[in-house]
Amino acid sequence: MIESRYVWLVLGMGLVTYVPRWLPLQVLSRHQPSGLLVEWLEFIPASILSAILAPVLLTAGEPKMLSLMKPELWVAVPTCLIALISRSLGITVIFGMALFWLAGRVL
Amino acid sequence: MKSSIQTTLSQGLAAGWPICLGYLPIGIAFGILAQKAGLHPVEIGMMSLFVFAGSSQFVAVSMISSGATAVSIIITIFMINLRHLLMSSVLAIYLKRSRRRLLLLFAYGVTDESFAVNLSKFTQGGWGLQQALVVNHVANITWIAGTVFGGYAGRIVPAHAFGIDYALIAMFICLLVFQVKGPRLVWIAVLSGTSAVALSLVIPGNSHIVLASAFAATCGLVFNRLRRGNRT
Repeated sequence: MIESRYVWLVLGMGLVTYVPRWLPLQVLSRHQPSGLLVEWLEFIPASILSAILAPVLLTAGEPKMLSLMKPELWVAVPTCLIALISRSLGITVIFGMALFWLAGRVL
Repeated sequence: MKSSIQTTLSQGLAAGWPICLGYLPIGIAFGILAQKAGLHPVEIGMMSLFVFAGSSQFVAVSMISSGATAVSIIITIFMINLRHLLMSSVLAIYLKRSRRRLLLLFAYGVTDESFAVNLSKFTQGGWGLQQALVVNHVANITWIAGTVFGGYAGRIVPAHAFGIDYALIAMFICLLVFQVKGPRLVWIAVLSGTSAVALSLVIPGNSHIVLASAFAATCGLVFNRLRRGNRT
């Protein structure tokens, strides 16, 4: 059966994952954050999305190296255009998937 | 006449389905990996239920395989998921005066993907905590189900059908495009992306996400203040 050691492990993992997600919601939704913080936070979404995406598209291998050859990167260009034109998440995702699938067959 | 619960559900589903699409193959892949590492489907489901954070779960499983101590695993998971602190901070702006209990529940479901979708909806307007919760939990159910299925499926590896591996990347690209509302944000995004790439090449793990975005946001703030200073 399941070891209690494992249960404690995932409980610990859950706690350290949950608290950072909860703390800002609790603190910032009750108290008025400073103008400085709000201004700073306005830059976060674009920054975070870019920081998540860029390495996925531009690096590869073990150890990580810069790579311009990933099909993920090539497909990202038309996907980006589709996003700009359609302004629709669903359409972009479907087209992106189709293009990536095509790239897999062609390359 | 549709009840408001039905409307809320359908709004949440309409916004959240790309996340589900992305979570299924990744969840199944995780489940398979976890099964290979010796985890029982119930243990896998437990981890997905308590943690609900894909990238850290992958790392945890590999650390379990290599016999790492519980303390080191927990510390590593904490660091990997720290970026959600920033994401919740951004979402908090739209969740003022929300009921405390709902915030407790909402916090559980803050992931990269649900954050990006909910934020884009909040900024468009006409979005509330209820719909946001639907997005979080639809994604959550899909994740847990996917990982457990992967745990049972074991050998049955899903085909990379219809480019489904690209679903999350396409989603992030689209949401980034939505967020980059003007030339200044383009520069910020480029700065953040460049720093993130540079950092990811030298620092193993996920810390490049928090470091690069905090750096780029700070540069944006400094630039804003300098420009304002020049005008006085």
